[in-house]
Formats: sequence, structure tokens, C-alpha cells
Amino acid sequence: MEVFGLFNYWIVIVLMMVGFYIVITQHNLVKKVVGLNIFQVSVFIFYISMSKITGGTAPILTEGATLYGNPLPHVLILTAIVVGVATTALGLALIVRIQKAYGTIEDDEIEAQESES
Amino acid sequence: MIQAHLPALQVIIPLIAAPFCLLIRRSDLAWAFSLLVTWCTFAIALILLLQVNETGTISYPMGDWSAPYGIEYKVDLLSAFVLVIVSGIGSVVMPYARLSIEREIPWPRIYLFYTMYLLCLCGLLGIAITGDVFNLFVFLEVSSLSSYVLIALGKDRRALTAAFRYLIMGTIGATFYVIGVGLMYMMTGSLNMADLAKLMPLVAETRTIQAAIAFLIIGLGLKLALFPLHLWLPNAYTYAPTVVTIFLAATATKVAVYAFLRIIFTVFGNVPVLQKEFMTDFLMFLAIVAMFAGSFVAIYQTNIKRMLAYSSIAQIGYMVLGISFISVAGLTGGIIHIFNHAVVKGALFMAVGCIFIKMGSVYIEDLAGAGKRMPVTMASFVICGLGLIGVPLTVGFISKWYLILAALDKGLWPIAAAIVGSSLLAVIYVWRVIEVAYFQPAPEGAETRSEAPMTMLAPMWFLTLASVYFGVDATRTINIAETAAAYLLKVIQ
Amino acid sequence: MISPGMTILLCLFVPFVGSFLILATGSRPNLRETMTLLTAITLFLLVASIYPLVAAGERPGIDVVEMLPGLSIAFKVEPLGMAFALIASFLWIFTSIYSIGYMRGHHEENQTRFYFYFAISLMAAIGIAFAGNMITLFIFYEVLTLCTFPLVAHHGTEESKRAGRVYLGLLLGTSIAFQLFAIIWTWVITGTLDFTKGGILAGTTDNLTVAILLALYVFGIGKAAVMPFHRWLPAAMVAPTPVSALLHAVAVVKAGVFTVLKVTVYIFGVNFLADINVSEWLQYAAAITILLSSLVAMTKDNLKARLAYSTVSQLSYCVLGAMLVNSWGILGGGMQIAMHAFAKITLFFCAGAILVAAHKTEISDMGGLGKTMPFTFTAFFLASLSIIGLPPFGGAWSKFYLAYGALEAGQLALVAALMISSLLNVYYLLSIPFRGFFGRPPETPGHYSRPQSDGEIHEAPIPCLIAISVSTVGCVVLFFYTDPLYNLLKQIILP
Repeated sequence: MEVFGLFNYWIVIVLMMVGFYIVITQHNLVKKVVGLNIFQVSVFIFYISMSKITGGTAPILTEGATLYGNPLPHVLILTAIVVGVATTALGLALIVRIQKAYGTIEDDEIEAQESES
Repeated sequence: MIQAHLPALQVIIPLIAAPFCLLIRRSDLAWAFSLLVTWCTFAIALILLLQVNETGTISYPMGDWSAPYGIEYKVDLLSAFVLVIVSGIGSVVMPYARLSIEREIPWPRIYLFYTMYLLCLCGLLGIAITGDVFNLFVFLEVSSLSSYVLIALGKDRRALTAAFRYLIMGTIGATFYVIGVGLMYMMTGSLNMADLAKLMPLVAETRTIQAAIAFLIIGLGLKLALFPLHLWLPNAYTYAPTVVTIFLAATATKVAVYAFLRIIFTVFGNVPVLQKEFMTDFLMFLAIVAMFAGSFVAIYQTNIKRMLAYSSIAQIGYMVLGISFISVAGLTGGIIHIFNHAVVKGALFMAVGCIFIKMGSVYIEDLAGAGKRMPVTMASFVICGLGLIGVPLTVGFISKWYLILAALDKGLWPIAAAIVGSSLLAVIYVWRVIEVAYFQPAPEGAETRSEAPMTMLAPMWFLTLASVYFGVDATRTINIAETAAAYLLKVIQ
Repeated sequence: MISPGMTILLCLFVPFVGSFLILATGSRPNLRETMTLLTAITLFLLVASIYPLVAAGERPGIDVVEMLPGLSIAFKVEPLGMAFALIASFLWIFTSIYSIGYMRGHHEENQTRFYFYFAISLMAAIGIAFAGNMITLFIFYEVLTLCTFPLVAHHGTEESKRAGRVYLGLLLGTSIAFQLFAIIWTWVITGTLDFTKGGILAGTTDNLTVAILLALYVFGIGKAAVMPFHRWLPAAMVAPTPVSALLHAVAVVKAGVFTVLKVTVYIFGVNFLADINVSEWLQYAAAITILLSSLVAMTKDNLKARLAYSTVSQLSYCVLGAMLVNSWGILGGGMQIAMHAFAKITLFFCAGAILVAAHKTEISDMGGLGKTMPFTFTAFFLASLSIIGLPPFGGAWSKFYLAYGALEAGQLALVAALMISSLLNVYYLLSIPFRGFFGRPPETPGHYSRPQSDGEIHEAPIPCLIAISVSTVGCVVLFFYTDPLYNLLKQIILP
């Protein structure tokens, strides 16, 4: 059965669900951002996994190599990683401001503060 | 010579202008600069629209790398229309923004606002013009990230949590979209929309592509605030600075609707994605729930911005409903509503901004006597409110007409009744504001008549008059929408 | 000189411009009132200039702008519309004269706003009268609802607000929910919305759809006040009396029944409807409205409320005429528009006069008032006779044709309904002048009393009396001089 050959994709699914779960259930805003990161990492692994070609070598022009792995997903993922980094940076900056404004970064406490006022 | 590179310039001009804006520390210069840049993009968009109308779809390979290997910018009638809408709204908002932003953002930071605005504009224009699905993701994220920042600039501290929530949900949406793109790439090996359209029928029945469709629809659904993925919208629109609300309400979700149309009808154009039985019903169901739930919740709001935000959710329901009919009339209704809602909602939020700058509040109860104190603003609010309801001679009537027509064409008269019913709900929430503004006497010591400044009134009235003009003579916009719809449905090539 | 098409546009343009002139001269009341009168007279002259063309069988028209591909805002004058426009513009002149007396005598506030919206409402009414297709009619129908609203809620009190909500809610609700639905459905079925002699629906779809469409139109035209969508009319009585007089006895309500007649003749086609026999249950709906509202009118002590319910009843005469779908019915319905307009406006004028001069609104307080206001009460008496349907008043003709139409259709029950309704009219209308002349003044002050400057009650202000006399004379004239109207309406029913 293909199960073990598809090991990468199982990891992708696991990471995706773990990340998603963390985003939804954790109250701490930093943890949410971490969850988001894990979620995005799963996508990176997904893309990179699909670029591997059986018997292919690294996608760098070399003498004597005939089969190369697909370089395009790597490029796409670099872009996505950059986007991820920017998102994380923005998220963390927002958290710093929220901490200054509310004094806490737990979202249930924030909500409690809001519903009082 | 420049003419040939217009598609690229459409995106590059605001993109490069943004870091320049960062260097301009002075707020009024930053404003003037962004005004100029926005008007430039509007001019380019208009030229592109005229060109496409005459000669047909424009194809522009970036860096001369031809498709499907290179990134291709494809301007067809629908893209050009959306480009004009986005840059047009931007051009009208910029004159308005000068005084409104000064009231809401501290002076030393205003140039940062304009920087982010230019990036957002660039992102939105890029989504509309690109012909590559991954490029769409990049621009989607550019516009989304800059809108998170824009929203977070609001005065109220809840703007921060609203922006954060939008960030989380938006990123999940974009990531879903990227997963969908990856799955499509896995099966077809291409990222170019036209190329994907050719290759898709061969692989359409695989589980991978079906998963891709699901991820794409959910991802874009999050971005366009389709019920029940709309939870980020009310807070984001309510607590953002008014100019941000105007701009985003009139453009961001519409561009996501455009992306949705592109994926469904262009990328999957040769594969009947939505025609699978339950898909249209499912979308129709979600759209109708959005129409009713959005209007219903709007009725109970005390904050006007929040009320209009929920109204936007309902209006997006109309657009998706039009799409779910999968007929030329339905798509025409959906596409024309993109334009109509942009104009009407833009003007309504501008009116709210004028009220805020003069009366200092956005709560309905504080509007007592506004009819006498700010007659010009309130008149605009009334006219655009009628546009929301869909009274004839306004732009909203045209959209309703086509949507009901599409429903009746398909024999779905309960849906037509639903459209009519939710319009009546809009009467109620528009009415609440009008009643307070015109029927309640102004509070003590506030009798004097003081209108908003001219730079804010003029853009608002420009949009209001546009909403009446295109409601009386809708032939031009309908022709564009109908041709675009026919083209999407492959009725004409 | 000026082409007929331009004249039609001028008929719309003149009240529109006039309204802004009124707004501009707001600070000088005499100048402002002159503007109103000038606008009204000009409008009537323009409308009257089109009459010879229509009477000769021509149908002048003009296309203005194409709104949607295939649908334009277009105007075309035909006999029904001509009659409606003539009546509305003629009575506007005298309502304006009346308003001057009333608004000043009653010390009303916000008079400029009043005259402004009044002019715009007349523009909308003319737009409805001259509409060449259903979409144009719908547009002006909605405009009429929206611009009469500030007139209804003029006083700005809690009561006005509530009434305004009912007014707007019912009229907008029925028009968007039913009428718009029916219009788009018609468009889907036939591909056109132009008013065509013989109708556009014949042979296009099955009878059930036609029946549903007819019902949607009749109930969607909320201004015709067919029960159960009639509540807006009594609610609108909170408005100042000139509003009730012109708009809710003439312009708004007549726009409603006019639309019903127009839809019946030009969208469905009289012969088509008669052939497929789908309108019978609507005849009964109209008859029920006639009887029920008459019964309710009998219970009302407030004069304007009683007149409102009487209007509801009289409007359904027109609807009944339309739904009889035979020549006499249509003729009767068309005539009723004219006859009822003059009679009802007289009654409302009198009600307003009583309010201004004697400050009384409840009928039970009006005992003996006829002795101090003989002119007013005599006019009331004569107009009531017209409504009841007695010669030598115009109302006799419309009643006659309607009864004849019901007989032709074999609907003896409906004839009976018309007769019973006349009897009820006798009771609830004639009791008022009767009480006025032969009743005893009440011992204690009435419900509505304002301290009088000199403690005396006198006749109504002169402008009001002028208006009252003109409309009363109109009721009589219309009895003897019916031929023009008859010949005009005959053109519709001839093949």
C-alpha cells in the first residue's frame, strides 16, 4: 500500500490540522500566531513534497545529471514563506499593541474587558 | 509605446509609489502624492477598458516570458471593469481622505497610512489584472496584509483586535487558496489560468481536483465574507478609520468576488464545477441566508458603521446569488451589483464619515436632528439608502431587476420572492436612520447648521449622483456586465 | 409650435422646476404662493393642450432614455391617462388656492416644505398618467409614494411618525413585493412592458399564471386600497387637509385605480381577460372592500377617518369596474375616477374648512354647525349626493355604468352590493349635513378645542370657499357635460 510512500503527505495533513486546531482553540494570541505558522508550514511541506521527482537530483544544473526535481514549487514556496514571515511579523506587532491597550494577550480576557465597557 | 505596457504599469505604479510615500514624511505631501498616483491608475484603468472594449482581451506577458511559463497579465472585459471600479473608488476616496484622516490618525503617522493605502491599491489592482493563479495569491496577500495594517490604524483599541481577527481568518483563507493552487498544480503542472482551463477537463474527475475546488471555494469565501465565513467583517469595518472602511467596503470583498468568478468560470470554465447538482443549491442557500441574516442583524444595530457592515454582508449575498444562477442574466446581476454596491456603499460610508467629523459620533441615537444640521449629507444618505433598497431610478434597482429576472428565468420564483423580501428588510434599517435624523429634534445647544467640508461633500455627492445616473441610464454598465457574463459562460468567445 | 413629445416632457418639467422656485421663494410667502399657482396653471394649460390630440385619436408619445437594454423610460398619452392628468392638474389649481387659506388659517409650520413636496408629487402623478410602459409607471409610482411621505408626516408628531411608517411600509411593501414581482414576471414572459391596446399577455402563457399575475398586480397596486392593504389611507389622514384632499382623494388614490385600469386594459387586455375568466374572484374582493369599508366608515366619529374609509370604498368601485372586464365596467371605472375626484375633494375641503374655522374634528361635535357655516355644509350635502349616486350629480353616471356593467356580466350579487353601498353612503354621509343643519350644538367643548380669539365660529376662509364652490359646481357640471369624458373613454373600449 502506498501509505508509507505518502509519508510526507500524512505529515502535511497532521501539521495542517494541528495548526488549525491551535488557531481555533488557544486563547493566547501569540499561540494563535504560532498555530497559524504551523498551518502555513504544512503547506510549505506539501509544495516541496510535490516537487520531488523519483530519481531526480537537486534542481541545480550539473554535469551528468539528466533528471532534476521540479524547481517551480520551491520558488513558489519561497514566496509563500516570505508572505508567512510578513504575516507573523504583523501579527506579533499587533499583539504588542494589543498588550499595551488591554494589558493582556489572552483573548477571553480581552473579550471580558470589552463586554464590560 | 507606453500603451503597450499599460497592464504592467497599472500595478507597478502604485507598487513603486508606496516606498516613495514612505520617504515623504510630510502628511499633506503624502496625501497629494497618493492622490496623483491613484488618479494615474484610474486613467490607466479607463484606457484599458476602452481598449478591451474595442480590440478584445489584452494579453501581456511579464518580462516577455511567454505563457504558460511566464506570468501573464490578462485583461478581459470583466478584469477591466473591476480595475475601473477599484481605481475609481480610490480616486474618489482620495480627495475625501485628506480631512477625514487628519481627524482620525495622529498627524506624524499619516504618511504611513498613505503608504499602506498605495500597497493595498496595488494588491487589489493586481488581483484583477493577473492571469496566473499563484500571482493572484501574492497580490491577495499584499492587499490583505496592507488592509490589516490599515484597519489597525483606527482610534478605538478594538480596531487592533478586529485587525488581528481579520489577520487570522484572512491568512487561513489565503492559505486554503494556496493549497488549492498546489493541488491544481500537482495535477496539471501549470499555473496560468488559460492553460489550466485547457488542461483541467483531463484531470477534473480526480479526488485531488475535487479537493482543490473545495479549498479554493472556502479560501475565497473567507475573503469575500460569504456567510458563514463573514465573522471578521463587522468588527473590521466598524473600528477601522472611516476612509479605510469606505475603501475596503467598496473594493476588497468585490475583488474577492472577482477572483471567485475567475476561478470558477475561467480556470474551471471547461469543467462544470458549479453545475454539479448540489453546488448551485448550496451556494444559493448560503447566499439567501446571507441576504436575510445580514439585513436582519443590521436592523438591530445602534452603530451606523456596524449596520452598514452587516448590510454589506447581505449585499455580498446578492452577488453570490447572481453567480449561483449560472445564467447570463444571473451573472450580469452579480457583476453589475459589484459596481452598484461599490458606488452606493462608498457614498453611504462617506456620509457616515461626514457625520463623524461634524457630530463626533457614529451612533444612530446621536443623529437626532441631523436632517436640519447637515442637510446635504443626509440628503445623500437618503438617496443612497434608497439605492440600497432598490427603488427605481437608483442603481440598486438595476441589480435587483436582473437578479429577479434571472430567478424567474429559471422558474425559481421562491428565490425571486426571497430577493424581494430581503429588499423590504433594507427599508427597515435605512428607515431607522432617516427617522432619527429627520423626525427627532436636535439636542439642546446643537441647533446650528454645520455641514462637512467641501472636499468631503464633493466626492460623496459625486458617488451619489453616479448612483442615480447609472440607475437612470444603465445601458453602458449593463452592456459591459452582460458581455463579461456571456464571455465567462462561454456563450460568446 | 412645440411638438407633442416636448409638451409631455414640459408637463413633467414645469412642476419640477416650480418646486424649486417654491423652495427659493420660501422666505416670502406671497411670492411663494404665487409660484405655486403659476406652476399649477401652467401645468393645466400644458396638459389641456394635449387633449385635442388625444380626443382625435392620436397617441402622442416620447422616449426619454433607455434604462436597461430593451427598456426605456417612455411616455405615451392615451385617453385614461389624459383624463387623469386633466383632473389632477385642474384640481391642483384649486387645491393650491384652498391650501393658501387653510395653511395660513391654521398657522401651519414648514409651509415651504409642504408646497415643495406638493409640486413634486404632482409631477409624479403626471408621470404616472403619461407613462408609456409599465416600468415608467412603476418608477413614478414609487416616486409618488416617496414624495408624498413628507406630506403625510408633515406635523412631525409621534402620531405622524407612526402613520408615516404604516403609509410607507404598506405602499412600498406591496409595490416591491407584489407589483415589481409581477412586472418582472411579465417582462420574462412577454419580453416587453409597453402599454398596448389589447394587452401583451394574450396567448403567451397559461391561464393560471395570468390569474396569479392579475392578483399580484391588483394587490401590488397598494394605492388602489383594496383590502387588506388599505390601512395606509386612514393612516394618512394625519396629514394636513389639503394633502388629504388632493392626494388622498385625487392624486395618489386615483393613481392607484388608474394603474389598475391601465394594467387591465393595456397589459392584460379586456377581451383576453373576459375570455379566460380569471378576474371573477377579484370582483368579489372589490365588492367586499366596498361593503366592509362602508360599514367601518359608519362607525367612525372622526370626520376625516370616515371620509377615508368612504374613499377606500369608492376606489373599489373602480377596481370592480376594471375586474368586470366588459365595456361598461371599464367605462364606469374611468368615469368614477373623474366623478369621485370632484366629489371627494369637495368633502375633504369642507372637512378642512370645519377644522380651520370651527376647530372641530369629531362629527358628534358638529351639531348645529350648519347654521354658522351654511355654505360649507351645503357643499358637503351636494357632494355627498354625488357620491351616493343621485342625479343631477356626476356620481350618478359612474354608478349607472358600473351597475349596468355588473348586470351585463350577470353578476346580480355585485349589483346588489353597489345598491347596498349607496344606502350605506346615505347613512354615513348625509348624517353629517343633517346633524349640521338640524342638530343641536354640544354643551361641552369637543375633543379638539383651541381657545378662540373672539369666541365666535365663522365660515371658512375665502380661498377655501372658492375652492369648495368650484369643485361642487364641477360635480354638477360633470353630470350634464359628460360627453367629452365619455367620448374619450369610449376610445379605450372600442376595438
